[in-house]
Amino acid sequence: MTEIAEHPARRPGAATDEAIRVETLHKSFGALEVLKGVSLTAHKGDVVAIIGGSGSGKSTCLRCINFLETPTSGRIVIAGEEVALRPDGTPASRRQIERLRSRLGMVFQAFNLWTHRTLLENVIEVPVHVLGVPRAEAVDRARGLLARVGLSEKADTYPAFLSGGQQQRAAIARALAIEPSAMLFDEPTSALDPELVGEVLGVIRDLASEGRTMILVTHEMKFAREVADHVIYLHNGLIEEEGPPEALFGAPRSDRLRQFLKSVG
Amino acid sequence: MTGRPAWLAPHRIVMILALAAFVAWSAASLRWSWLPKYAPLAVEGIWRTLWILAVTSVLGFLLAVPLGLAQAVGPWYLAAPAHAFCTVIRGTPLLLQIWLLYYGLGSLFPQFPAIRNSELWPYLRQAWPYAVLALTLSYAGYEGEVMRGAFAGVARGQIEAATAFGMPRLTLFRRIWLPQAVRNVLPTLGGETILQLKATPLVATITIVDIYAVATRVRQDTFIVYEPLLLLALVYMAIAGVIALVFRRFEARVPQRRG
Ligand SMILES: Nc1ncnc2c1ncn2[C@@H]1O[C@H](COP(=O)(O)OP(=O)(O)OP(=O)(O)O)[C@@H](O)[C@H]1O
Ligand SMILES: [Mg+2]
Repeated sequence: MTEIAEHPARRPGAATDEAIRVETLHKSFGALEVLKGVSLTAHKGDVVAIIGGSGSGKSTCLRCINFLETPTSGRIVIAGEEVALRPDGTPASRRQIERLRSRLGMVFQAFNLWTHRTLLENVIEVPVHVLGVPRAEAVDRARGLLARVGLSEKADTYPAFLSGGQQQRAAIARALAIEPSAMLFDEPTSALDPELVGEVLGVIRDLASEGRTMILVTHEMKFAREVADHVIYLHNGLIEEEGPPEALFGAPRSDRLRQFLKSVG
Repeated sequence: MTGRPAWLAPHRIVMILALAAFVAWSAASLRWSWLPKYAPLAVEGIWRTLWILAVTSVLGFLLAVPLGLAQAVGPWYLAAPAHAFCTVIRGTPLLLQIWLLYYGLGSLFPQFPAIRNSELWPYLRQAWPYAVLALTLSYAGYEGEVMRGAFAGVARGQIEAATAFGMPRLTLFRRIWLPQAVRNVLPTLGGETILQLKATPLVATITIVDIYAVATRVRQDTFIVYEPLLLLALVYMAIAGVIALVFRRFEARVPQRRG
């Protein structure tokens, strides 16, 4: 596809094992500084979990990675390719942003399946209409993905007729359909009834164990501890503490993290 | 739902019987002798009404999309004129708009030799271009307002999901934003199209022989008043019924969850 032509082989750092690197990310909304210099790296196959209190900037950080929010300053490098920015911080090339986004599978808290399309149509939408995959091929793969998340029977159903858990699993299938180089999850289970959380976490757990690169914002501490390779605790727009899950959850060093962990149980 | 066809419901049967009785009565006791003579003209009139409705609704809607978009998300220099246009159209009588275009533009054009000598002149001398223009602008004005709300009303998350997957803006508009906006206002658009149908008789005032003008002609020629009007009402109701049906088909294409 056209992608290949656009990837210059001479690009330095293309052979890196870093899937996503964020350097000193700042983001303000007007006078409100939400991110005050966050840096993180997700290596290929890593699961990075971001935890933190409400309003600490987790979603904003995740959304800056695919430029749903424009960073105020900082560097974003995706699969070795740095996002070119203008001096004012906005992306210099819409084409580049679109190309990078089309390989980052995002899963939203509110699912955001396209309500006027069936599940199958949702899953093939981006492959067919953005990536240029032939329709028949995309449909084949979509059926496989829907089967994988346990929704074969629902391929021709519209999202409104499904439970939250089913919708979120379909949204994960949609994100997988683009063959993402990394997946971004923003509290994928927060909008779900408690009894539906398990089915979605099950799917994410499978993805983690097959070596997918993902950045996962979550309030499910037990789950983060179980699947993450690296955990980041955000507080007030800064990384207060980070490390492997055993260290962070087993022996938190900062008072804030200790308090936070106590408060979320 | 049971297996029996929907029109067999009790209230439907009553309505069908009442209609049959009415038809029988009017056939027996009213005067229809004029009908054979005027039938060809009536068919022509219906055809003219239909195509004026279809052409102006489609063109009007195509114009309403940018009008709505400009008002919903456009910069002020696009939003302001779009808003002004919709306000003027919606704030003035359609009859006035038709006359302004027909008598105003229509008498202005011949003063320009360039226009009079152009290829378009044979058309511009006729009435229908002005009628089509006026009705198109009118539909665009009303639907521009409807589409403004429709575009603004599409959930942010729907657009954000498309953005997050790198969908180019034009694709996003064509595949996600526009279809969702239109779907949300389909019932409104259906109603507005029926209103548009009922606005078409105004073109008779600028010499276009639509079905309404035919009924008037019959009355003037034969002094028969009620029967042509009765038939006229029937024709409009039938067309309105078809419009409603078509829009219900559109709506059914994406099933809605109720409750
Ligand atoms: N578009 C925006 N405009 C203005 N302020 C915003 C915007 N988005 C987020 N904020 C503010 O930025 C801060 C961080 O928001 P963010 O959504 O990143 O927090 P979060 O850590 O994801 O919280 P939660 O756990 O509640 O989802 C909040 O104070 C929020 O009100
Ligand atoms: Mg959040």
